Amino acid sequence: MLIPQICRWLQATSVATAIRESRWLFPAIETLHVLATVMVVGTIAMLDLRLLNLASRDRAVREVSADVLPWTWTCFLCAAMTGALLFSSDAVKYYGNLPFRIKMLLLFLIGVNTALFELWSFRGVAAWDRGRTPVAAKFAGGLSLIFWIGVVFCGRWIGFTTTLR
Amino acid sequence: MLEELCDWISGTRLSLIIQNVSWIIPAVQSLHILSVAVVMSSMAMLDLRLMNLAGRRQPVSIMAGRLLPWMWSALGVLTVTGAVLIIGEPSRDLPNPVFQAKMAMLGVVVALTFVVQRQIRKEETFWETRRIAARVAAGASLLLWVAIVTAGRWSAYV
Repeated sequence: MLIPQICRWLQATSVATAIRESRWLFPAIETLHVLATVMVVGTIAMLDLRLLNLASRDRAVREVSADVLPWTWTCFLCAAMTGALLFSSDAVKYYGNLPFRIKMLLLFLIGVNTALFELWSFRGVAAWDRGRTPVAAKFAGGLSLIFWIGVVFCGRWIGFTTTLR
Repeated sequence: MLEELCDWISGTRLSLIIQNVSWIIPAVQSLHILSVAVVMSSMAMLDLRLMNLAGRRQPVSIMAGRLLPWMWSALGVLTVTGAVLIIGEPSRDLPNPVFQAKMAMLGVVVALTFVVQRQIRKEETFWETRRIAARVAAGASLLLWVAIVTAGRWSAYV
């Protein structure tokens, strides 16, 4: 199998070894990962709640998305990079971890949901920018919220099934 | 005294339930982090607006009116979930200097946010007309929240 071999190579790299053997590197990277993640989840929730007509109803959807999405993407990049470093420190173990696999599946579904929303319902945003959102947009917002909540639960679950912290 | 308090809490029925049902602590920690997401993103948006670094197309008072009710509600959930975590593992938190620092910073930032909100209620453009005070208050708030989240994660390792 290819992936377990890549994992073994990854955790033998000098960066991964340094993270694994240091007492403070893992908690430090993990703290950055948590900070970036809470910003991703909190900012995307603002847009999702607008799409669900549950918040910011007096604001245009495009205004809300222009305000939050640059922060969401920047923080997502930080979360992905710090996440990759944490993964590398014990790649074989994380790869075999069920909550880790569910989390990656949820992130994949978030990607699909976002792409479909951008390519399909958001194209016609001009028609509902300031008003109530159509069913397809509500659906995308609701799914995003549920998937991100799932990502946070799985993230914490990984910690409890690998290091007990 | 603190040790006796921890022993007493650990012996209560509620604490024993939290200790013995393996999914309670991870699930409550997840709810705790989701509430942190709401607080952290709301405060970051508002603080960056106060510092004139984001959301400049809206007045501070409108942004505060939209974000702060979510922030205070989420802080309520944080308090409840935090209390459950302390009751479940009192000796992990109460005698821990990192946890004590976290609570002290939380007290300061809650008082600060309360003042920021009260000034807006008294005078809508209060912070827009006091640029330096706004930057200092918002900078302190942002730093404190980042430090609180950091202390939250580090208390697991100390």
